[in-house]
Amino acid sequence: MSDIKIKVQDYSGDVQELEAPTDMGLSLMEFLKANEYPVLATCGGMALCATCHVKVEEGMDSLNDPGDQEMDQLDLLPNAEFNSRLACQLRLHPDMDGMMVRLAADEE
Amino acid sequence: MIQTDICIIGAGPVGLFAVFEAGLLKLRCHLVDALPQVGGQLSEIYPQKPIYDIPGYPEVKAQELVDNLMDQIKPFNPTFSLGERLDKVEKTATGFELRTSDGTEIDCKVVVIAGGLGCFEPRKPPLKEIAEFEGKGVSYMVKDPELFRDKNVILAGGGDSALDWTIELSKIAKKITLVHRNETFRGAPDSADKVFELAKEGKINLLLKSNLESISGNGKLNSVKIKGADKSEMELEADYLIPLFGLSPKLGPIADWGLSIHKNQIEVNTTDYSTNVPGIYAIGDINTYPGKLKLILCGFHEAALMAQSAFKHVYPDKHLSFKYTTVNGIESF
Repeated sequence: MSDIKIKVQDYSGDVQELEAPTDMGLSLMEFLKANEYPVLATCGGMALCATCHVKVEEGMDSLNDPGDQEMDQLDLLPNAEFNSRLACQLRLHPDMDGMMVRLAADEE
Repeated sequence: MIQTDICIIGAGPVGLFAVFEAGLLKLRCHLVDALPQVGGQLSEIYPQKPIYDIPGYPEVKAQELVDNLMDQIKPFNPTFSLGERLDKVEKTATGFELRTSDGTEIDCKVVVIAGGLGCFEPRKPPLKEIAEFEGKGVSYMVKDPELFRDKNVILAGGGDSALDWTIELSKIAKKITLVHRNETFRGAPDSADKVFELAKEGKINLLLKSNLESISGNGKLNSVKIKGADKSEMELEADYLIPLFGLSPKLGPIADWGLSIHKNQIEVNTTDYSTNVPGIYAIGDINTYPGKLKLILCGFHEAALMAQSAFKHVYPDKHLSFKYTTVNGIESF
């Protein structure tokens, strides 16, 4: 099986562990939306709006490095931290098994 | 005053194609867009990127699609107000009266919102007091640098505009402080070097690994509290605070028109993509309905259905007979 487990903390602090498929080419943003988390994803996944901003609480090392567009966007976010990423730029991958993210767009 | 049947807000691909569908029914269109050119995101953000899901085009570059759409709607002579944001909508006896940021007035019978992502507006830092100081010391852009001459100014941010304005304003302000969350800047290396140099020479106050914590004043901005990554806090006196955290897409003034809005998108009826306000339609990425897909091709479909319904709105007494372009061609006007 290519499913992985991802923990997601929402704005109220609740943490849920979800099973995510890695063979469908989904980004973390699309997966969060599919699970009805309040992610606006206004720009549709082009690293333009930062409404899918997450903070990676566990598993930061397993992620690919952010591209230029994402770095530019993160650099502009007032509340970004060292573990900030845009979920739309994270394609679900077996290496991400066990990661934990916290929704962070609402803090702005 | 501009007189037209339909005023389309947003000149992206869907707004442009709406001109075609309206034109087939002999409805005239005027388009307003905040950007200085047509094409919306396609021209502004990814003109050279290929699009693969436009029917009939195995692959087409974004700008090429926009250029083709402009060709396609030429017979219908649309008019444009570009670089202007639509600010006001008022209901009149016969339709709507609109006003743009530049004061252009448009009289129309139907409004079609094809605003895509919405307007790009300055991103605001998460300080709860910030709204009360906007225009009273807090400003999200520098329009007239002279305003800051001999003043005590705090800038926040790490992008190009934060760097550029720090350098520029350091020449005329009494005191400049730049607050940045990181230790390094991703802006142009030359500008970053210059900022570090100015700090070394004591010409600006550079606070790295620091964030805005709160602001205070009495009717006008007075001081800004800044918190370091090491939890240290300091309060600085300031005449002005300029947060430069880039732009983020917002609905903009559309949000105040009394439309039914869900998660920043306009709710529509899928029989004709009408909103809850009679005479106002929303098509393309800005609308939402069960099963909505943010695709250009879906926006094209929405434009076709909208036009049929808009016709009935403009000419309630006229009969509309559906015609194929293959049979009847295109009658320009």
